[in-house]
Amino acid sequence: MLQTSRTIILLLTASGALAACTPKAPKQLPPDPGNVTTATNTNQSTVQNGPIAGTQADFVTTLMGQDTIYFDTDRHNVDSSDAAALAAQAQWLSKYPGKRATLEGHCDERGTRDYNLALGDKRANAAKNYLVSMGVDAGRLTVISYGKERPIAVGSSEESWARNRRAVTISID
Amino acid sequence: MKLRLILALSVIAAPAFAPSAFAQSVVPQPAPTEETAIDVVDEAAWADLGIAIPTFPTNADVPTQASAGSTAGLGRALARVITDDLKNNGLFKPTGPDSLPTPSMAQINAPDFPSWQGKGTDMLVHGFVRANGDGNITVGCYLYDVSLNQQLVKGAWVVGPSEWRRAAHKCADLVYSRLSGESPFFDSKIAYIAETGPKDRRMKRLAIMDSDGANHRFITTGQALALTPRYSPDYKQIVYLSYLNGNPRIYIYDTVNGTQRLVTQSRNPTFSPRWSPDGRWILYSMAIGGNTDVYRVSSAGGQSQRLTDGPGIDVGGSYSPDGSKIVFESDRSGSQQVYVMNADGTDQKRISFFGGRAATPEWSPRGDQVAFTYIAGDFHIAVMSPAGGSMRQLTGGWQDEAPTWSPNGRIIQFFRTEKGSGRASLWQVDLTGKNERRLPTPVDASDPAWGPVLP
Repeated sequence: MLQTSRTIILLLTASGALAACTPKAPKQLPPDPGNVTTATNTNQSTVQNGPIAGTQADFVTTLMGQDTIYFDTDRHNVDSSDAAALAAQAQWLSKYPGKRATLEGHCDERGTRDYNLALGDKRANAAKNYLVSMGVDAGRLTVISYGKERPIAVGSSEESWARNRRAVTISID
Repeated sequence: MKLRLILALSVIAAPAFAPSAFAQSVVPQPAPTEETAIDVVDEAAWADLGIAIPTFPTNADVPTQASAGSTAGLGRALARVITDDLKNNGLFKPTGPDSLPTPSMAQINAPDFPSWQGKGTDMLVHGFVRANGDGNITVGCYLYDVSLNQQLVKGAWVVGPSEWRRAAHKCADLVYSRLSGESPFFDSKIAYIAETGPKDRRMKRLAIMDSDGANHRFITTGQALALTPRYSPDYKQIVYLSYLNGNPRIYIYDTVNGTQRLVTQSRNPTFSPRWSPDGRWILYSMAIGGNTDVYRVSSAGGQSQRLTDGPGIDVGGSYSPDGSKIVFESDRSGSQQVYVMNADGTDQKRISFFGGRAATPEWSPRGDQVAFTYIAGDFHIAVMSPAGGSMRQLTGGWQDEAPTWSPNGRIIQFFRTEKGSGRASLWQVDLTGKNERRLPTPVDASDPAWGPVLP
């Protein structure tokens, strides 16, 4: 009943907005009310329940940014801040020994395509090798390089490039 | 009015081209296959030739299955395609059919030379269109020197109605070869990657088109990221990288059947594929535990052979035209540089010794040059000799990457990425660094690969 009222209000609001913009009758129908209700419910449940322990969502929440390590230009070595992040990842992985993870290697746009595929593979393997040295079974870890194909920061600045030179660990649900 | 326009165009024409002998062969003069010296000729002298390309008449205007319509419509469309070919490559200043009178069928073999001389025309292209009884189309093509009242070369081709543009490209190739002394290249295709969507989630699809951008077709749907295609020498296959099933692997796509298969069964990522000139081998790079090396495998399948063996990144590769050597890229010295080795992997030698980095080397089909991406902060397209000398930078964009050669080794295509937006487009530049031109594509585009002249 609550859901129905919400839907009606949303529909009324949508119609009002359309009416205000266009004096003539709208050529397109308003959005399907079913979709509106579903989207609202999904948002609510996520906020209320939080991530389930041992899931990728839990991994991201627990690591608070330490699921990603960053590299200098054209480098693939793990530095001290990376080591701390990888230690936190290893700790989570040891807590959930049944979980597997993928390590994604990425590069900034300032390298040629094929070279960046190779460099991304080096970075992902550097992260993997460190996790293995921390006691994570190599068989639980897979690597994949995206080269410069999947930047997380879309600018063409030093700041964006620094954010894109990364290895991201993603636990497999 | 039209006449005056033509006069204006050709008044500056200086017919420096003066052939001593007039071969009437339809076979274009082949360029030398192997050259050690760099010869970059300034085309300016013959670029000013006034070439008239009027509509090709037909013996009978009958309907055809061709997209350009009846034989009369085809005659005008053919002349337009030839005009665009010659004009877009910046080498000539042709005048097309839309501003010229259409000759009669009789004039194709006996041009009205005085009339063309009066228009200031140096070179005249005539041709005809004839519908064959079987649905095919015959196209004739003749090149005349107007001041000498002489036929220089002629050719004729029978094409299916869906391939009528190829007859125009063949005619343009005939004209280009006869006047420049270079090998033909218009009748060829390009494989590339079509790009759409936001920078952090680009959709990349394998696509193909004719050398002039016509007959565009998407091959893959975009569900899997596709990169770095290369046409096989016979155009029957395209080798490319796909993230199909999640991991980067090289596939061979069969252009005839529309099927594809993995080049090698491997648990490791494979990328950067290239054909050998005879189509029997595929070069590729494979990363094992973070170490990338160059391998080759028979295009029919089978065991791979490892060609490089080092702790660094050895990647890419391009065969010399005779297949005996491979130019590739390695960071074994600390940064990306260009190396040459024998086709079996022996005798690896660095050839790039200038400031900055050198990547993505591609051996010219003529054998005399290696094109590469020169990295000195920004990316530029550059060429050097196979020994590493005579380095010349040809472009000056923010990020110009991945050169690919025209079949005759005179033009280089590459892709240019725009700073910030990351939008990519295809460009070409000739070996003199002139005539830089953007190629029209329906959407953004990268990773061009120019195939050989069609068989």
